[in-house]
Amino acid sequence: MATDQSRLDLLQGTLDLLILRALRSEPMHGWAISERIELISQDVLQVNQGSLYPAMHRLEHRGWIDAEWGVSNGRRARFYSLTKAGRKQLEIEAENWERLTVAIGRVLRMA
Amino acid sequence: MAWKDFVLRVRALVFRQQTEEDLKDELQFHLDMEARKNLSRKEQDASEAARQARIKFGSIDRASEECRDQRGISTIEILIKDVRFGLRMLRKSPSFTSVAVATLALAIGANAVVFGLLNGLILRPLNVPAADSLHALEWGNEASGILSYPDYLDIRDRNRSFDGLAAYNVEQAGLDTGENPMRAWASEVSGNYFDVLRIQPHLGRLFHPSDENGKNSAPYIVLSHTYWHTRFQDDPTVVGRTVQVNKHPFTIVGVAPPGFRGTLLPLNPDFFVPLVNHEQITGEDLLDKRGRRWVFQSLGHLKPGVTPGQAVADLNSIGSYFEKTYPNEVGPTTFKLVNPALYGNFLGRPMTAFLAALMMLSGLILLAACANLGNLFAARAADRAREMALRLALGATRIRILRQLFTEAVMISVIGGAVGLWGSTMLLSALSTWNPFPRFPLTVPVGPDTNVYLFALVAALASGFLFGAVPVRQVLRTDPYEIVKSGSVVRFGRRITARDALLAVQVAICAVLVTSSMVAFRGLSRSVNSDFGFEPRGAILLDTVLDMAGYRGDAVPLMQKRMIDAMKTIPGVSAVSLVDRVALSNGSVFTTRVFDDETTDYRPANAATQTAMYSVAPDYFQTAGTTLLAGRDFTWHDDQDAGRVAIVNGEFARKVFGSSANAMGQYFKRGGGTRFQVVGIAEQGKYQSLTEDPRAVMFFPLLQAPATETSIVVRSNRDTQQVVAEMQRIMRVLDSGLPIGIETWGQKMGFALFPARVATVSLGVLGGMGALLSITGIFGMAAYSVSKRKRELGIRMAIGAAKKEVLQAALGRAFKLLAFGSAAGLVLGILATRVLAFIVYQATPRDPVVLAGVVLAMLLLGLLATWIPARRALSIDPLVLLREE
Repeated sequence: MATDQSRLDLLQGTLDLLILRALRSEPMHGWAISERIELISQDVLQVNQGSLYPAMHRLEHRGWIDAEWGVSNGRRARFYSLTKAGRKQLEIEAENWERLTVAIGRVLRMA
Repeated sequence: MAWKDFVLRVRALVFRQQTEEDLKDELQFHLDMEARKNLSRKEQDASEAARQARIKFGSIDRASEECRDQRGISTIEILIKDVRFGLRMLRKSPSFTSVAVATLALAIGANAVVFGLLNGLILRPLNVPAADSLHALEWGNEASGILSYPDYLDIRDRNRSFDGLAAYNVEQAGLDTGENPMRAWASEVSGNYFDVLRIQPHLGRLFHPSDENGKNSAPYIVLSHTYWHTRFQDDPTVVGRTVQVNKHPFTIVGVAPPGFRGTLLPLNPDFFVPLVNHEQITGEDLLDKRGRRWVFQSLGHLKPGVTPGQAVADLNSIGSYFEKTYPNEVGPTTFKLVNPALYGNFLGRPMTAFLAALMMLSGLILLAACANLGNLFAARAADRAREMALRLALGATRIRILRQLFTEAVMISVIGGAVGLWGSTMLLSALSTWNPFPRFPLTVPVGPDTNVYLFALVAALASGFLFGAVPVRQVLRTDPYEIVKSGSVVRFGRRITARDALLAVQVAICAVLVTSSMVAFRGLSRSVNSDFGFEPRGAILLDTVLDMAGYRGDAVPLMQKRMIDAMKTIPGVSAVSLVDRVALSNGSVFTTRVFDDETTDYRPANAATQTAMYSVAPDYFQTAGTTLLAGRDFTWHDDQDAGRVAIVNGEFARKVFGSSANAMGQYFKRGGGTRFQVVGIAEQGKYQSLTEDPRAVMFFPLLQAPATETSIVVRSNRDTQQVVAEMQRIMRVLDSGLPIGIETWGQKMGFALFPARVATVSLGVLGGMGALLSITGIFGMAAYSVSKRKRELGIRMAIGAAKKEVLQAALGRAFKLLAFGSAAGLVLGILATRVLAFIVYQATPRDPVVLAGVVLAMLLLGLLATWIPARRALSIDPLVLLREE
């Protein structure tokens, strides 16, 4: 498969943030989360699907998201939703990210 | 959030299958969705769409594995894998496995048995509700709490600490249900006894305080469940029936619940009877006598909120009331509280000490077994160095390898523990029904319970980790590169390794055990043949309790004289007499205070000494084989009309008069002021136990100190069986309704010798086990070192080493360890046997026979253990070896 130069590999640790953000409005299953991330980032962010699931399981173990079995397209699917703690975590991480990008932007402009 | 994590982990553990299914479903759903998207977008066929989806996803296995890691399920899986692998490894070397399992089974089994005894006899309280909060009374200055009945009533009524204070005493009585009269064991109890102990009847009713209305007012008995079962075959109609107790009518009012064995472990009374009827049970009217102590123990629960300290203070204030009010009858009066344990704490203390010592020794056995297995495991780990090197080279972590080794160790220990526990359960169950003294209704409640199982489990796991830890350092040091390159790396240095130290420790432990068992054995054989102050051989005892058959007052001595005279007619009988308590029989003596002739104030503090007292018929000393050192024997003329006389032993004479020479013809007094003249001095003997200190003893003539419970002593050099048959025939003629018991004096002494015998047997067993473990340990070490050094030894032989040198090279180390360990063990054993002196008469390790015996035993043990390895070392053929290499 040809590598698309315009697509960015995910920075380590940002996957958690993206998953939490994707779940902010409504519960969804894993495939929908990966689709959502790619869609919103207009295919710029390439989610490694293989590492999506361990990440979601990790978040579940931390108590930031909850998982529940539901039905989608006539099949059993595992739906994830944001918990209260997860919502708080999302705010913290978003804020951190904000600060980081501002700082890096500043460095790039000034240096 | 650790909680959520924990919940998920537990769920994954419990519903393992389901969790796996879920994970598979979740990932498959993703792939299917992706494939469907591909299908709709790119007009691919279905299989291509699925392929693309899989490519985009990456490694499914890896993703699943990473998901599994989140829930930590891998730990369990690794364990299962380790167990499977371990089983395979153990099956591959059956001899190693069986030796290891057998070693542990023996060691853990021995520990479980000793612990079972400890648990059943000491740790497990009386079988009554809330036994933990029961407290029994004891005098502050002695290990007993025997009270007079008025004392008991005062304490019961005046104390403010007990939620009811019950009392009991144990006596024998003749029970006649209309068929043959039998001797039975009665527990005399206070009216509140069952209420205080919170016991409910199995049938009918129990006693209550309202039953007691003065002397002999409550002719009721409650049967113990066991007696009801064996004597009355569970017949429910016995309640309400009238039976004869010592020829007095008593009504059976109820049956005690099963499992309730009274409060005097390990004695299991046949029935319960109110204390107020004491006169009918023993023929002695003691309820008003403050000076006569006979109520064996009083006990009860403390009131809520009262601490034992407060209770003791409360009791002591009653004590000072006693001292003020009854200065002549009651001595220095302080109290302490104890747990009502085995035999009201009399037996409890030495028993606890002995069992604790036994527990320690069997702990040592387990430690020795662990040392042994540790060595085996270390040797095995060395043999498996190549396998481990390979696994390390292939990327296994050392932790993972250690886990594998520990799993194997714990598996062996658990299997061994299970086998050992099984054996010990059988033994304990057998012990529970065993009664060494048919004379006494004893039950040893040592059946295994949860505590024993738990103990065995903990012991097994602990020892598994202990010996599993021995090869840890070895594994951590393993250098895969070196091993794969050069085959095996076996270092033989002059350095002392941990393994050597382990072996030396083990040999030392074994030597300790061998030493103590030999000391015990020597002590026992000495005590069987020692001088008791009487001659048990050739003496037959006939026990009767005359008031059981209705003899009262003057009829008692008359009948006793008739029995003695009748026994004298048996051919071959050289002497016959009678005594009220047989020395060295059941461990009890009756003691009283005596005073100097000048004393007029008979308060206990003024007593010259506390002395044991016997009542004997004429010719007793000749019949018993006790030498009269001076003076005369009693005659039938020493009766109520003659002057009061006594024969005393050497210790009595020394304590009261200064010496035997001073004592003859002198007077002393007893509590009431009665004067007694010393008319003879008897040789010193043993009376209560073989290990006792010299005891002051006085003998009174039977007619001046009547007794209804007596033993007729018959001395004869004829065959015991024939004499016994004659004695039985004579008794049938004299009074067929009188229950009798016949035993030789030697048999009676079984009770006094019992502790020493038990100690000797148990130490012998432990010593044997220790020796066995040492042999296998040394054997293993020597055999291993010979097999590893085959090549070196072969070369030595090829270049002309003599047999002696080869042996020295091969086994020198084993022998050095043996010598060192034995020496250390001998010293430790000598120190340890001081404890033994309390149980076994004249147990002293400073005995040339013991020392020589231990050295010889250890030497023999070393020879046995190294014999086969030595043969192997000598049979090495350098030529064969060279060809093999």
